[in-house]
Amino acid sequence: MSDMLTIARDTKAWACYDCGKCTANCPLTRAGAAYSPRKHVLATNLGHQEMVAGQGTLFDCLTCKLCDARCPVGVEYTQLVLKLRELSFREGTEVECPHGGALQSAMRIMAQGKTQQDRLAWLDDDLQTVPDKGEVFFWTGCTMFYDAFFPEFEMATLEGTKAAVKLLNHLGITPVVSPDERCCGHDLLWNGDVKSFQALARHNVKLVADSGAELLVVSCAECLRTWKVDYAEFFEGAMPRIVHLSELLAERLDELHFAGEGETRKVTYQDPCRLGRHLGIYDEPRAVLEAVPGAEFTEMRRSGSGALCCAGGTWSNCDRYAKKLQVERLREARATGAELLVTACPKCQVHFRCAMNDPNLKDDIQIEMRDLAELALEGLA
Amino acid sequence: MTDAATSSKAEAKPAGKAQWNPRIVVFACNWCSYAGADTAGISRLEHEPHFRIIRVMCSGRIQPDFVLKAFEKGADGVLVSGCHFGDCHYVFGNHRAAEMFEKTMKTVKLLGIEEGRLRLEWISAAEGVRFAEVINEFTDQVRALGPSPLGYAKAPAAAAEGAADV
Repeated sequence: MSDMLTIARDTKAWACYDCGKCTANCPLTRAGAAYSPRKHVLATNLGHQEMVAGQGTLFDCLTCKLCDARCPVGVEYTQLVLKLRELSFREGTEVECPHGGALQSAMRIMAQGKTQQDRLAWLDDDLQTVPDKGEVFFWTGCTMFYDAFFPEFEMATLEGTKAAVKLLNHLGITPVVSPDERCCGHDLLWNGDVKSFQALARHNVKLVADSGAELLVVSCAECLRTWKVDYAEFFEGAMPRIVHLSELLAERLDELHFAGEGETRKVTYQDPCRLGRHLGIYDEPRAVLEAVPGAEFTEMRRSGSGALCCAGGTWSNCDRYAKKLQVERLREARATGAELLVTACPKCQVHFRCAMNDPNLKDDIQIEMRDLAELALEGLA
Repeated sequence: MTDAATSSKAEAKPAGKAQWNPRIVVFACNWCSYAGADTAGISRLEHEPHFRIIRVMCSGRIQPDFVLKAFEKGADGVLVSGCHFGDCHYVFGNHRAAEMFEKTMKTVKLLGIEEGRLRLEWISAAEGVRFAEVINEFTDQVRALGPSPLGYAKAPAAAAEGAADV
């Protein structure tokens, strides 16, 4: 009980006046799921853990933060979900991962840290990097795992990672790309497995601190949120400056020297929830998109702080409602007339590409997907 | 029986004092490989005993999470087995198994677990001899690699450091 009340206090749940805006806005609820953030807030305030804990409720949340953005009194529902998941995990409820827990196992193997990963096989001679020490650290994220694990979606998220390194090289930066990087722990944290998360956080923070880097460039939206928000308490002494690749590119647009008159084509942009609502980075990716020659940028109907998320954030909540949301979003992207859907998070690609596999809808919702870095790199040629 | 109890029993086997015995998880399909193991038993074939067999209805059920979980929990080797192509009771289950095995292997390699710790074999219900051979070969192969870095025996220490102990 006291745990619940601490959570209620820390997430301002007590300010809730029961207006129900969160539930009215929740993408899951709107897709038809029996899911109500308002009810969870109420249960937390009352200390009724049994109303929120366990399968089918707490772990369904997309953690997209749309309700937070709309809440008139500033209840941090997403943080509340995070804390409640930690609580239920401690008490033995494990999330039912749609991939059977394979990805969680992989992350926990990394958390144990007893093996030397082989994660940099994609580094070729064109890419200039150093393995240990330097001024700029480039955080690759786990794109190599996604490409290996989802061959059925024709995943090519590593292309985005390679493009990011090329862009950094183009700006005269030889980044540190470390073979000892491990999963940032984002998904384990959001599944409630704090212990494994802490092991990963300690390792990764030490890795970056030891590299002597003053700037950490991250190309994955989830890793960025983890570094900026959840790792903060693990830093001893100065934190490096942590930026998303799009922030760095937007800052140094002039130095990129976009050239050429690439074929004109319409592009649209999917705001990753971690980058947008979690960290407030909306303008930088758009600035980059608009600067790329040939790319004619159009917004989707719902964009910015109101963007619909990819509905699969933490490997915990893939169900028919999530699929419905993905299809809805892909239709929205198609409705802009864009040929290309650009995103800044590899997870968005995983989930949308999965949805595009629906044999009944294939042609209706098919749209090419690329990472922002890939598009920016194209603009250089 | 708990894992720890099984382990002490396996390690107490009189297999020569110096020899280390691996702990291998074998996934076998109900219709071919598991029956193949039965055939090996009925034929009274001698083979290495250091494996635990887990029966599934079809090798197509052996998803990456089965294998990764086994490694996460400290298995020294994992053998995935099913019917030969064309023999699958469910027609194409083993083709699915082969696809999934491929991505499992890729993930395992990325994670830095030696390739030799994971193997895919097709064993029919009649191939008792082959089952015994595969087990012997694989046991030797894993024995040569030594204990898994994620080994069960080391897990409690890791838990104390704050790593995963789930």
